[in-house]
Amino acid sequence: MEVESGAFVEKARAALGDATLQHALKHIKHGFVEARANAAARLPDFEAMRDRARDVKAHTIANLADYLEQFEANVTALGGRVHWARDAGEARAIVLAICRNTGARTVTKSKSMVTEEIELNPYLEEHGIEPIETDLGEYIIQLRKEKPSHIIAPVIHLSKDQVADTFHEHHPKHGFHERLTVRSDMVREARSILRQRFVKADVGITGANFLVAETGSAVVVTNEGNADLTASLPDTHIVVTGIEKLVPTLDDCHLMLRLLPRSATGQDITAYISFFTGPKRAADLSGPSSFHVVLLDNGRSNMMGTEFEEMLRCIRCGACLNHCPVYANIGGHAYGSVYPGPMGAVLTPSLAGIDKAGHLPNASSFCGRCEEVCPVRIPLPRMMRHWREREFERHLTPRGARWGLHAWAVIAASPTVYRAMQWTTSRLLRLVAWRGWIRRLPLAGAGWTGQRDMRPPSGDSFQRQWRKRGGRR
Amino acid sequence: MPFSGPSRLCAARRLWHYAPVKKPLQTKPQAALFVTCLVDLIRPQVGFASAALIEAAGFEVVVPKGQTCCGQPNYNSGDRRAARSMAERTIEELEPYSHVVVPSGSCAGMIKVHYPSLFDEADALFGKARALADRTEELTVFLARHGYTPSVPLQATRVAYHDSCSGLRELGIHDQPRALLRKLPGLKLLELSEPEVCCGFGGTFCVKYPDISGRMVENKTADITATGADTVAMGDVGCLLNIEGKLRREGRDIRACHVAELLAGTLEPRRGG
Repeated sequence: MEVESGAFVEKARAALGDATLQHALKHIKHGFVEARANAAARLPDFEAMRDRARDVKAHTIANLADYLEQFEANVTALGGRVHWARDAGEARAIVLAICRNTGARTVTKSKSMVTEEIELNPYLEEHGIEPIETDLGEYIIQLRKEKPSHIIAPVIHLSKDQVADTFHEHHPKHGFHERLTVRSDMVREARSILRQRFVKADVGITGANFLVAETGSAVVVTNEGNADLTASLPDTHIVVTGIEKLVPTLDDCHLMLRLLPRSATGQDITAYISFFTGPKRAADLSGPSSFHVVLLDNGRSNMMGTEFEEMLRCIRCGACLNHCPVYANIGGHAYGSVYPGPMGAVLTPSLAGIDKAGHLPNASSFCGRCEEVCPVRIPLPRMMRHWREREFERHLTPRGARWGLHAWAVIAASPTVYRAMQWTTSRLLRLVAWRGWIRRLPLAGAGWTGQRDMRPPSGDSFQRQWRKRGGRR
Repeated sequence: MPFSGPSRLCAARRLWHYAPVKKPLQTKPQAALFVTCLVDLIRPQVGFASAALIEAAGFEVVVPKGQTCCGQPNYNSGDRRAARSMAERTIEELEPYSHVVVPSGSCAGMIKVHYPSLFDEADALFGKARALADRTEELTVFLARHGYTPSVPLQATRVAYHDSCSGLRELGIHDQPRALLRKLPGLKLLELSEPEVCCGFGGTFCVKYPDISGRMVENKTADITATGADTVAMGDVGCLLNIEGKLRREGRDIRACHVAELLAGTLEPRRGG
């Protein structure tokens, strides 16, 4: 998994100055935040459902091996096949081998973050197979050679005009020469192109929102119906997903399906919910004759039994991204990981290593809103803090910050030293103030005064004044 | 008793002449004021306002002299060991008091929510941390529970209230400060359009990621300005410094204060410029 979080600060700064991006990000508030709040308010049972969903996922993760075996047995009994991939490389090789066996030249794909995680598209292209993204958002970023900036809304960073330009640049080869600017026209044009690709594809690859152990089903939700066409038209259907997507029963799955769209887009239900259960039966008129499920570990099982285990409950709804004040201001690309925002801040270091994802768990004000809206109640801030602890233990925290923290710990350990420090700082701050305000400070203080002023202390420290006035101690 | 009735002295003078009661009645219960290092250093007047309010609620205020920092900067930066020893110190220091009052949602949250998680359940300190968590209250929660009678001149008419994230989410502080402010006759309480969004302070976050923090507080001051408030009140000095500094940098004529200052009527008069 490619992670480029080293340039986070620079990318975030650029994002803050990007007027088009800033305009696009404004949709989050109305399109997601308010929509989720309304959806939650419409369902009196919502909070209790979140508790149950948390418990279902926690139980599944605690018994994951058993449920995985049950799932595999059911898929096999249906005539499908389960493949186990330890890492991204194995997963890519498995998918390529299946494609080669069928002699595939084009592959349609419905939206899948796991295939982004394993960077499947460039790999297939290298090996002469053309992957075609069929989710409208994914289709757009594929044309633009970009990465998704949101786990459920991959083109949230783009404006309609940018999409119009992209279509105008790439669609003439399909016979469309006009630059369309009406949303529905643009969708119709993309759809007519994609219809041809669906029909001609040799293999269809989907992700899975859930895997149901008791039936061996892979469940996918979409609003465009593209997963159904991806899975049903070609002769081979490959599901590529992570091992943590499992739920034990159909009832559990229905609980999750009630929470997922409400948390994600504020919809009571998505336009399409598809259950893919094995290959075509003898009596079926259509459907793939071969059905594969590639189950990816890629670091997930290492999270079990650690302080990050609860992250495996994640159902990838994106609510934590939508409600994150950092994400809402900089968008997803600044994080340099396919998993951005709070869930990415916990998951990315788990999958790729904390040494590669340093900024991610740090770029949070710990406001806690992500945890507040998480449908499966993952304590995201706590886990980000655990990543900061791992960094600190491994001396990955920047040296200046380490020294500052050590110094503060020494100061706070002794009330005498603390009081002397407060006295000195108070005097210094009052000294550098001009007309009642501090406008510029050096070192770490420059981060403060670069953005805002500071009012200096009004006098000696409270404790000193209290003592002088004879207050009880 | 400086806060027993409306005073004709101006707020600053009253603050200056305010002295705690030296010989309290034996019947008064004691409350320890854990003043927090930010209040101690940068806003001592919030400490005095808090002390006055606790006293008016019928308690004798004690300021334990060994108190320093609760350890939150180290805790949130991953320095768990130092955070634990700072917690240990604070727990010992506050051990004798049956009521501990903190004029900060964030520091109160550290003590109430996070201290117990720093120790093994088998550790004797775990029990002590839990006990301290139970005895500790954020100021507005304490006042809402033990009573607050406004007896001060009104110092602001149109007041927006800003929720601090820790107070709101870790301690569920939402109605208490609003209810207290509504007791001030003539005060109009205004709501932000996005009250649950962080102001961008976040402790060390604001100096580690100044650009992002700066944008967050810019959004917040725009929201505050749109309410038409003359004053924005809040329960945390961290948010206060952040919002106040941004309002000042933007040249906006809106005061920022700790909710305790408004409730105690000790807000400094407006300064020019």
